[in-house]
Amino acid sequence: MSNTIINPDNLVYQKSSLMLDNTMHYCPGCSHGTAHQVLANVIEEMGMQEKTIGVAPVGCAVFMYNYLDIDFAEAAHGRAPALATAIKRLNPDRLVFTYQGDGDLAAIGTAETIHAANRGENITIIFINNGIYGMTGGQMAPTTLPGMITSTCPMGRNEALNGHPLKITELLAQLEGVCYATRQCVHNVAGVKKTKKAIRKAFENSMQGKGTSIVEIVSTCNAGWKMTPVEANNWMVENMFPYYPLGDLKDK
Amino acid sequence: MNEILLMKGNEAIAHASIRCGADGYFGYPITPQSEIMETLMEQKPWETTGMIVLQAESEIASVQMVFGGAATGKKCLTTSSSPGVSLMQEGISFAVGADLPMLLVNVMRGGPGLGTIQPSQADYFQSVKGGGHGDYKLIVLAPNSVQEMADFVGLGFDLSFKYRIPAMILTDGVIGQMMEKVVLPPFQPRRTEAEVAAECPWAAYGKPASRKRNVVSSLDLDPYRMEKKNEERQDRYRLVEATEVRYEEFMCEDADYLIIAFGSVARISLKAVELLREEGFKVGLLRPITLWPFPSKVLAKYADKVKSMLTVEMNAGQMIEDVRLAVNGKVPVIHYGRLGGVVPAPEEIFDALKKQM
Repeated sequence: MSNTIINPDNLVYQKSSLMLDNTMHYCPGCSHGTAHQVLANVIEEMGMQEKTIGVAPVGCAVFMYNYLDIDFAEAAHGRAPALATAIKRLNPDRLVFTYQGDGDLAAIGTAETIHAANRGENITIIFINNGIYGMTGGQMAPTTLPGMITSTCPMGRNEALNGHPLKITELLAQLEGVCYATRQCVHNVAGVKKTKKAIRKAFENSMQGKGTSIVEIVSTCNAGWKMTPVEANNWMVENMFPYYPLGDLKDK
Repeated sequence: MNEILLMKGNEAIAHASIRCGADGYFGYPITPQSEIMETLMEQKPWETTGMIVLQAESEIASVQMVFGGAATGKKCLTTSSSPGVSLMQEGISFAVGADLPMLLVNVMRGGPGLGTIQPSQADYFQSVKGGGHGDYKLIVLAPNSVQEMADFVGLGFDLSFKYRIPAMILTDGVIGQMMEKVVLPPFQPRRTEAEVAAECPWAAYGKPASRKRNVVSSLDLDPYRMEKKNEERQDRYRLVEATEVRYEEFMCEDADYLIIAFGSVARISLKAVELLREEGFKVGLLRPITLWPFPSKVLAKYADKVKSMLTVEMNAGQMIEDVRLAVNGKVPVIHYGRLGGVVPAPEEIFDALKKQM
């Protein structure tokens, strides 16, 4: 009804029909909401709502099943790629994706991530990298930048003590089973458009049986970073992007 | 049709899973049960029934693969031995929390830790009392023969799907490795997509326009809703306790003394009963087939009749606690056990009971 007053030619934005009206628990300024919207748009545009099975992680996105109107399985911390492996193998005509944060994917679930990718499972891994554990209150993640302050490295990440930020997408791109590895962002319109294209390509790869696709989205956690949303966006551009440069790492 | 074959218990599990219409097997090699995945790989069920067989990177992953498959309503199983089953406890607890049906097989070996590769029953507590975190039970079946290894695969799946509680076949290296005659169950086709949709209305296999989305999850931050979920699960446990207890009695009718043993040790104890009967002692054997639900009622009945009870276990005394709870102090209950992978001989059991008389 609300669309009737808008000439369809002039419509520049519309909420995806896959997005439910549940109030989001994400902090204002967080990248998850935008990433969810992009994801919903792609599933809708592909007409795959009835064929999609999502695997939710442990972390801030643990409740993502409250926002997207598709079937979901909620995984234990880090195990989403193991669930997705079986879901896809047992339901080969379905579109199967995992949605995981840096702690889930690159710390506790490193083994599951690498082995699912190495087997070339026909799934898409959407990887939200904000360099911090958001849900538990801003602790150090495997992707936390050198010198970056978190509640478990209050003096800043010390590489001698805590090791180096893990560039897991570069690592995954080396694997034969991975057909597509890309790093994107969603903090501006250009970024959102590129991310949407990347997720679409990843999903098409999954349905064509080309292997594992990974779409990393460098994201903000303004609450965890203790910044305003605008400061967080700027900080991400200035600090995260040099360490995690945007663009395709592999596309075969 | 009822062809009699000779095979190992582990092989029987593999063949039975194909014949029961299982959709997926996910496992990781560990002694003494590696023949299960080896047999499946040799049988290539993906070419016949369409069953998927996949070697995972760990038991942590294999049980989570079973979780993923089960979340879409598929019949999936994993098998392992003690150290591997310890790794699976995370996935098992999550599966219980999400009320997912699945079949787990533990071919026990001596522990703790890496322990030995010899047979043991030391994972009784882990299997029947929980194992992972949270208030829960598994339906635990204890086969004592290669035949029961084959039969309990179908039974385990049926009970698990009926009550949405993971089922476990708790066996040991003796039953897994020994060869015996077996008649395999008849072939049952894998369920179609329509059958899965009808039988598992909760499953997340892709949301058709005709229903709301399904979310398979063990999470709810509201403690009152979580309490309700737990209470509903406990109600199902009470129902299982009331209806699914299985046990076998041997010469219990006139017995003055009762031996209680499960799995391979029940087979050995049977010989001890024979030896004791030959000497004129009225001894019977009660073999719990379901370790949970435990046959407490029948044991309570015998508590009024017998002079004492002996539990024989390949552990330091685990099932004895359930027997003592069942008889509630009415008769003395003693334990005879061998530890760390040692299998008792009938004569040892004979001596243990004679000492008590």
